[in-house]
Amino acid sequence: MSSLAAEASKKILLKGNEAICLGAIAAGCRHYYGYPITPQNDIPEYMAAHLPALGGTFLQAESEVATINMILGTSASGKRVMTSSSGPGISLMQEGLSYMAGSELPAVIVNISRSGPGLGGIAPSQGDYFQAVKGGGHGGYRLIVLAPHSVQEMYTLTMLAFDLADRYRTPAMILGDAIVGQMKEPFEATPYDSATTAEKPWALTGCAGRERLHVKSLHLKDNAIEVHNWKLHGKFERIRKTETRAESFLLDGAKIAVVAFGTAARVSKTAIQWARKEGIPVGMLRPITLFPFPEREVFDLAKTVDVVLVIEMNTGQMVEDVRQSTPLHDRIAFLGKPCAMPTPEEILDRIRALAGRKG
Amino acid sequence: MSIEGKTEFTKPVYTRPRSLVDVKTHFCPGCHHGTIHKIVAECIDRYGVRENSIGVACVGCAVFLYDYIDVDVVEAPHGRAPAVATGVKRAQPDKFVFTYQGDGDLAAIGTSEVIHAANRGENLTVVFVNNTTYGMTGGQMAPTTLLGQKTSTTPYGRDFRSDGYPIKMAELLAGLDGTAYSARVAVSTPAQIRKAKAAVRKAFEMQINGMGFSIVEFLSTCPTNWGMKPLDAQGRVLGEMSEYFPLGVYKERKQADFA
Amino acid sequence: MQVHRTASHERSRLSEAAEPKEERVTATGRIEIDFERCKACELCVPACPKDCIVMGAAINRAGYPSAVFERPADCTGCAICAETCPDACIQVWR
Repeated sequence: MSSLAAEASKKILLKGNEAICLGAIAAGCRHYYGYPITPQNDIPEYMAAHLPALGGTFLQAESEVATINMILGTSASGKRVMTSSSGPGISLMQEGLSYMAGSELPAVIVNISRSGPGLGGIAPSQGDYFQAVKGGGHGGYRLIVLAPHSVQEMYTLTMLAFDLADRYRTPAMILGDAIVGQMKEPFEATPYDSATTAEKPWALTGCAGRERLHVKSLHLKDNAIEVHNWKLHGKFERIRKTETRAESFLLDGAKIAVVAFGTAARVSKTAIQWARKEGIPVGMLRPITLFPFPEREVFDLAKTVDVVLVIEMNTGQMVEDVRQSTPLHDRIAFLGKPCAMPTPEEILDRIRALAGRKG
Repeated sequence: MSIEGKTEFTKPVYTRPRSLVDVKTHFCPGCHHGTIHKIVAECIDRYGVRENSIGVACVGCAVFLYDYIDVDVVEAPHGRAPAVATGVKRAQPDKFVFTYQGDGDLAAIGTSEVIHAANRGENLTVVFVNNTTYGMTGGQMAPTTLLGQKTSTTPYGRDFRSDGYPIKMAELLAGLDGTAYSARVAVSTPAQIRKAKAAVRKAFEMQINGMGFSIVEFLSTCPTNWGMKPLDAQGRVLGEMSEYFPLGVYKERKQADFA
Repeated sequence: MQVHRTASHERSRLSEAAEPKEERVTATGRIEIDFERCKACELCVPACPKDCIVMGAAINRAGYPSAVFERPADCTGCAICAETCPDACIQVWR
């Protein structure tokens, strides 16, 4: 780890997917299980090359179903563990993710999403928003969902995901796409600075010197499952209160506020800077955490602007959370680009139109 | 009932295994799960691995492993115990790791996980209980249900033309290079119980010696869902079940591939 | 039904009391059956090579007529009953 960190201590040109690996390794993750799927294969390939030398485990599983259950087993052992996949593979992991949420097991799940539904395509997409932020599997739970929009953030948010997962004992997801996963840009391996203790008294390490422990999600007695549901709910409410993260971009004096995440936000930044040069008062609120969603920030923002323009690489998913965050629905506009990256020109055109200007 | 005062017999010959939690089980009268739990607990005691063990429970009647075996236990989704056990063993190679799975769990929904765990030669032990039915959900057809056997989803008897054949997991897994030990045993007679213990001991030793994947398939009764008295159910194991699923050791590796 | 059970229970206790005296000396072991844990599956009855165990009439809390160590004088302490019992109800001493 130390040599890797030293190697990466100055700015280098790095792929987003590889930045995730560096972030995971810096955060102490030594166990990775996965199954090949485009466009995230750089991650297992990097881990296969580097984890064994660090005394860790890389295992290519027979399926995503097996993968997530290996993750479950290693997490129950108290170790930091990660997997990565893309849309269809994440669908296969939902059963295990529900069990992990129910069993209160931390792990980091990377979704370098592709377009769907079904086999869809490998084009970049944000069509997995619902699946990521609404729980995804059965029974009622949330994942902590972080949405990086740069190579640097692929690194820092992966480290944060490990901390949050451990702190709240629940799986955390990095939701990216082919653009942030495959693009290269200057990157610096900043030091890992964690506030989360590594103590895991719940981990299954053999019952020497203590009573036996169980990691399970089955609760049959009396109203135990109801009690458990309220306990989980309380945890997700605490996450909402304390872990919401969003970036304000050129929002001073803005009358049009873009709300976008990940690659869509990345492209929007270019369009917003162009529009500002034209004198259009536009800025952006970029949710960094998709769960918890920056509801308060959207609520406050909607009161101060004329238009909230939600931009997504799908036909409208996060826009539902925006609508839920503010009663001012008539101020909400939507630009959707399913299965492709919107161009800055397309976004600029829409901003101009909303500002009542011609291009 | 006791004959105290008549003769002094104070040397324990059979007492409850230390690793078997002193509680009443939820198993139906005559269900062999209890007997198999006892054998597993006895073997855990024999090798002194209780404090070093992590068990993996499956879905079905066998899920309550964590209430009955006094070791750390993680509960796996249906069929996924071998994958969960892989995750545990890879993270803690020095621990003793075993799964306890029924036939619906291992031989239907979890076929992929067990085959690939075996094929990788994962150094863990699988205890597999074959009672030819889904017990907990009410006696539906299992992959191991015998031809002609009536279950709640084969009300006219299992017909190979529509339902296929009972699957022979001990033989199937023995065919994989990663499998170190595969045996099928039963617990319907005292002699069978002794042989079953010997098989579980061998399976445990395979893991302790780092030889790779080991599995013991138990032919078990399910008196409730078979609609039989426990003694008649044992008779079925000794009869038609043993005929279709022959008892025996199907694979016994002498030396680890990597030794 | 209740009357019948009580009557059977009484008979069972009477039969214990009426154990033949000369059989005691042949025993080389003894067992104890956990009355409350027994589920009356009857597997131990034919398992015993000396026919020491019979099904009793007394009903335990769970509603099962527990097996009874009826003929202790013949017990050899072989532990086959204990090995057979799925519910680990039987302990054996020699």
